[in-house]
Amino acid sequence: MNVIGWLQQLGRTGLGVFERLGRGHLFLAQILASLPSLLTRPRLVIAQVHSVGVLSLVIILVSGLFVGMVLGLQGYNTLVDFGAEESLGVVVALSLVRELGPVVAALLFAGRAGSALTAEIGLMKATEQLSGMEMMAVDPIKRVIAPRFLAGFLSMPLLAAIFSAVGVMGGYFVGVGLLGVDSGAYWSQMQDKVDLHEDIYNGVIKSIVFGFVATWIAVFEGHDAVPTAEGVSRATTRTVVHTALAVLALDFVLTALMFGEV
Amino acid sequence: MPESAQSTDDILVRVRDLHFARGSRKIFDGVDLEIRRGKVTVIMGPSGTGKTTLLRLIGGQLKPQTGQIWVDGEEVPKLKHDQLYRLRKRMGMLFQSGALLTDLSVFDNIAFPLREHTKLPESMIRDLVLMKLQAVGLRGARDLMPSQLSGGMARRVALARAIALDPTMIMYDEPFAGQDPISMGALVQLIRLLNDALGLTSIIVSHDVQEAAAIADYIYLLSDGKIVEHGTPEALNHSSSPWVSQFMHGLPDGPVPFHYKAVAYRDDLLAET
Repeated sequence: MNVIGWLQQLGRTGLGVFERLGRGHLFLAQILASLPSLLTRPRLVIAQVHSVGVLSLVIILVSGLFVGMVLGLQGYNTLVDFGAEESLGVVVALSLVRELGPVVAALLFAGRAGSALTAEIGLMKATEQLSGMEMMAVDPIKRVIAPRFLAGFLSMPLLAAIFSAVGVMGGYFVGVGLLGVDSGAYWSQMQDKVDLHEDIYNGVIKSIVFGFVATWIAVFEGHDAVPTAEGVSRATTRTVVHTALAVLALDFVLTALMFGEV
Repeated sequence: MPESAQSTDDILVRVRDLHFARGSRKIFDGVDLEIRRGKVTVIMGPSGTGKTTLLRLIGGQLKPQTGQIWVDGEEVPKLKHDQLYRLRKRMGMLFQSGALLTDLSVFDNIAFPLREHTKLPESMIRDLVLMKLQAVGLRGARDLMPSQLSGGMARRVALARAIALDPTMIMYDEPFAGQDPISMGALVQLIRLLNDALGLTSIIVSHDVQEAAAIADYIYLLSDGKIVEHGTPEALNHSSSPWVSQFMHGLPDGPVPFHYKAVAYRDDLLAET
């Protein structure tokens, strides 16, 4: 391809990216404007919290347990060389609360709930259900999109917290149960070193940000999908990929802001 | 439309000098039409002439580049979001696919607009839904899910849902496409019956000439972005225009050639590749 053609292609791609970005933000503004109308219809949100949050519990619980167990094992192997295996609880808890809880839970959330949201909304669009609602004078943003967005936004921090809690238990099983770390030391050192503000609040803030971004991407991709089988499949893939990239990049930014200036 | 019989109040939908394009492709290039209250008006034309797009323009889902669309005294493209949604409560639309909500049963699909827009008690909603289902002959199918319905049944359920809020007008997008003769007959009868019994105004977009002509009070023929002819079914059947005659009688060749535009057959076969 010649240089002019290449430049044209670059320009077109760039414009396309910015156009989508703009549409995504306008869409977000519409969703946020519709949120107050949900106050009168909490049932819509509860139903979605069930499908987005409750149904994600199994994968979150199982993954949290295994991640905690791996942390216990790896942490012990490293710490035991320095005779510091009593600090295992601190290592496990800090890793989970600060980083792995929010990040891994968000990645799992994108795979389990985000992809489902995109596929569901995309298929509703492809089968003209959203159009049909518009013609019945029911605003799909208010009726379909906003409850799903709010449900995802509320569920994600809770899922991350559950992930961290189960992970701490997993670390305990391996460290204390199998490898013989003192149970009292595991808990007391954790209590001593994990700070409510510095560690837990920051982790919660991360999970709130990730939940917002992950759900926003999922509902936008679904609503913006090309209404064909191929379009919906592409949109679902994009949801998972873009959420993963956004979460990891944002995690770095947030970590730098929270823990960087020490 | 005969000028003498025309009074302003008599016309529910008025389209003036409508222009609409998708990208560089012109779909409407100056369309004028008027839909009279209480009548069944059919808009016919070959596939791909934007008949569905016309319904979406009337329903306010798309905005024209220029031109006016008036529905019941309101100019649709200029309405604000809330006003548009208020107007849509008076419109029903039957999509070609039915557009039923796949996670709700037949009963809940028809109850959906009632539950969204009214605060009626559940017992009254039940009565209303059963009345609408009885009207389309599917009261026994209330507990089925949309995936369990045949194409014709899905369209009748969608019809029941479209009349749930007792609209002023109802728009049908290709109601006869892909139907077997029996469900086609049922739909033809149903559309006419509902129109007259409920005092509706019906707009049907279709290319099934025989069925559409059978129930139409008035027909518009659309081609190449323009209204090429309009009149009562009899008038169009005896039209002297060769194009209208070809379309109304379904002749394979005529002013609309059988072959898509191409280079000469001989040159094409002998061309070096």
